[in-house]
Amino acid sequence: MSANMNKHLTEAVAENWVKPYGDTMNDGRVQLSFTLPVALDENAKEAARQLALEMGLDEPSVVHAEDMGQGFSFYVLYGQCKHRVDLSRIKVAKPEFETLDKDGINALIAEKMGRKMVVVGACIETDAHTVGIDAIMNMKGYNGHKGLESYHEVRAINMGAQVDSEELVARAIEERADVILVSQVVTQKNIHLDNLTRLSDLLEAEGIRDRVILVVGGPRISHELAKELGYDAGFGTKSYAEDVASFAIHEWTKRHAA
Amino acid sequence: MSQLNLDQGQIDRARESARRIAHRVFDDMSQYTTTTVERATLRLMGVDGVDDNQIPLPNRLVSHLQEQGLLQHGAAAVVAGAMAEHSLGAQQIAEAVAAGKLVLARPKSDKTARQSAEAIAARMCEHVAAQRAFRAQQIEKVGEARTPWLYLIVATGNIFEDIVQARAAAEQGADIVAVIRSTGQSLLDYVPYGATTEGFGGTYATQENFRLMRAALDEVGAKIGRYIRLTNYCSGLCMPEIAAMGAMERLDMMLNDSMYGIIFRDINMKRTFIDQFFSRMVNAYAGIIINTGEDNYLTTADAFDAAHTVLASQLINEQFAYISGLKPDQMGLGHAFEINPDLENGFLWEVAHAQLVRQVFPEACLKYMPPTKHMTGNIFKGHVQDALFNVVSTLTGQNIHLLGMMTEAIHTPFIQDRFLAIQNAKYVFGTMRDLHEEVEFRAGGRIERRAQEVLGETVGILADIEKIGLPAAIGRGTFADISRTMDGGKGLDGVIAKSPDYYNPFPDLMLAGAN
Repeated sequence: MSANMNKHLTEAVAENWVKPYGDTMNDGRVQLSFTLPVALDENAKEAARQLALEMGLDEPSVVHAEDMGQGFSFYVLYGQCKHRVDLSRIKVAKPEFETLDKDGINALIAEKMGRKMVVVGACIETDAHTVGIDAIMNMKGYNGHKGLESYHEVRAINMGAQVDSEELVARAIEERADVILVSQVVTQKNIHLDNLTRLSDLLEAEGIRDRVILVVGGPRISHELAKELGYDAGFGTKSYAEDVASFAIHEWTKRHAA
Repeated sequence: MSQLNLDQGQIDRARESARRIAHRVFDDMSQYTTTTVERATLRLMGVDGVDDNQIPLPNRLVSHLQEQGLLQHGAAAVVAGAMAEHSLGAQQIAEAVAAGKLVLARPKSDKTARQSAEAIAARMCEHVAAQRAFRAQQIEKVGEARTPWLYLIVATGNIFEDIVQARAAAEQGADIVAVIRSTGQSLLDYVPYGATTEGFGGTYATQENFRLMRAALDEVGAKIGRYIRLTNYCSGLCMPEIAAMGAMERLDMMLNDSMYGIIFRDINMKRTFIDQFFSRMVNAYAGIIINTGEDNYLTTADAFDAAHTVLASQLINEQFAYISGLKPDQMGLGHAFEINPDLENGFLWEVAHAQLVRQVFPEACLKYMPPTKHMTGNIFKGHVQDALFNVVSTLTGQNIHLLGMMTEAIHTPFIQDRFLAIQNAKYVFGTMRDLHEEVEFRAGGRIERRAQEVLGETVGILADIEKIGLPAAIGRGTFADISRTMDGGKGLDGVIAKSPDYYNPFPDLMLAGAN
C-alpha cells in the first residue's frame, strides 16, 4: 500500500481535460437561459447573442426569444463552450470519514465514548426554516433516513428555528454538547455567512470552540465553505443523519486519540 | 363535475367535532386580551407613527397603559376618555404620552368614554366598509380572472423592486400578488413603520408598503383589465395589527391561520388563539379572504400518511373562521401537492386528496400549494412536477393556485422563473379547461377508496382531539409532528386577563356587519 502510494506521488499526474458534451466528444455544447431588462426587438436579440460570446460560447444561437412585458425579455440559447478544465488537478475538500449505518454508528459511539453523544442543533438567527435541521435531527428524518433522535446512543436536542446564537451557545454549554449542528437555509444577500461567523466568534469568545465539533448544513453549504468559516464540517443537499453522525464520531475519536 | 362517493354522515360528524373543539378554545380564551389586540384597536382608532427610536406609537401607548395598570380595562375607553378630556385626537394623545407630557388614567365617566370610543370605531368601520365597497366596484369595473387564480410571490427585500416585479407578474398573467415579509418579522412584537427597502427573503409588512403596492396593482390592473389581488402575512406576534393595517389599505387576502404560529413559529398558544380571533374578525369585516397554512404540515410530515391531519385542521380552521364572522367564500383553506414523486400512483392520491377537500368544502375559496419538499434543483424535473400539480388543480376545481417555481429549493424566484411558471399553468388550464366534465371517478376505484380512507381517519382524529381538547392535541404533536405546550413559546407575556369591565368597541361593530 505505502509503496504504491510513493510510486503514485512521484509520477507526473496524467492530464484529464473535460468540457461539456452534447452529442460528440468535446463539442462543448451548453444551454443557457436568461432575462434582459429591455423589451424584445432585433437589437435585444443580438445583444443576447453577443453576451453568450462574451461568456466564452462559440457559435451562440438564440433558439427562443420572448417579450415578457414591463420592459423585460427572455432568451434561450445554445453555444459551444470554448473552455476546458483539467480534472486531474482538481481536489475538492470533503470530510474524510466513512459513512456508517445507524447500528454501526451506535456501536461506535458506545465503544469509543462509553456514553451518549450530545448533539445540540438549531437554525440560527432570523432564519425561520426548520426543514433542514428537522431532516437531520427529528425522529422521522428525511427520505427514509431516520434522524438523530432515533439513535439510542445520541442525545439529540433540536432547538428549532430562529434561535439566537447566544441561546444556542448557552444551551450547548448547559447540555455539555459534543456537537453543535447549525442549519442555514436563507442565503439572500449572504446573510448565512454573517450568521455563521457570528456563532463561531461567540464560541471562541466563550472559550469552548475547541471542545465542540461544529457542523453546518444547508442547501447552499459545502464542506469547503464550512472550513473557510472555521467550522469542522459542512453538509449540503443529499446529506442525512448518518452522514453527520458518522463524521461526528470519527472526529471525536480523532481528537481523543491525540 | 364528477364527484367521489363520500359518506355525508361522516363529513357532518367531523364538522360537528371541529365545531365543538373550536368553541371550547374560544370560550376558554375569551377572558383574555393581548397587547397586540389592544395595539390593533388603537391603530383602528387612528394611532400611527413612531417615536425617535423607531418604536411605534401604538406600542408606546400600550406599554404606558400597562405601566399604569390600565390595559386590562381595554385601551379604547381609556384613550377615548383622555381624548374628550383634553380635546385631542387619538394620535395627539399617543404623541403626548410618548413625549412624557401626559399620564393616562381611568376616564371620569366610563359611559361617556365608551360612547366616544364607539363613535371613533364606527368611523373606522365606515372607512373599511368603503374600502370593501370600492374593491367590489373595481372588480365590477375592470373585471377579474376565472379560477383557479394564479398566485405569485415577490420577495426582493425592497418594496420598490417588489413593485417592479409585481407589475411584471400581473402583466404576465398573475391574478394575485403576495409580498413576502422579511424572515423573522413574525417574531417581532411590533410592526415596522414606513416604506422599507431592506429585509431578508422579503421586506417588512408595513402600512406604507401595503399602500404603495395596492396603488401599483390598481394601476396595472386597470391597464390590463383584471383586478389584481394583494396578499400579505397576517401571522406572527402582530396578527391583529397587520389585519387592521390591511383592512385600512384594502388588501384582498391574508395568510391567517389559527394554529400556524403555534406550530411553526413557536408562538404561545393562548396568544395565538386570542390574536387569531381578533385578526380574523377584522379580515371578515374588510372582505378579506384568509389563507390557512395546512400545506405546511406536509413539509415536515409525510404528505400521504398525514393527509387526514390536513383535513382535520381545515375543519378546525373553518370553525374558528365562522366564530370570527368569516363566510365560506372568504376561507382560503390550504392544502398542497407534496407526495413523494417516487411513490407509485402518487398522482392518483394527489387527485384523491384535492377532490376530497373540494367536496368537503364546496363553497370555500380553496388554496392549493405547489410541490416544495421534493423539489431538487433539477429544474427540468421540477417544471414537470409543477405541470402535474397544475393538472390536479384544474381537474379538481381549486380556487387559489399558488404557482410552482422550477427553481424552488435554489433561490427566491427570478423574473423568468415566474414567467415560465405562468406559461406552464396557463397552458395546462387552457388545454384541460373542461376535462373535469368529461371524466368520472370510477365508483369504488382507487381514488375514491383513498378519499374515503382519509375522510374516515379524519373523523377518528377529530374525535380524539375533541376528547383531550385542542391544546393537548397540539401538545401531542398531532399537526406536522411538532409538539407545543400551553405555557411555552413566545409572546405569553403579552396575554392579559381582562377585568370584568373590559371594553372594546370593535367586536360588536364588526361581527354584526360582517356579511
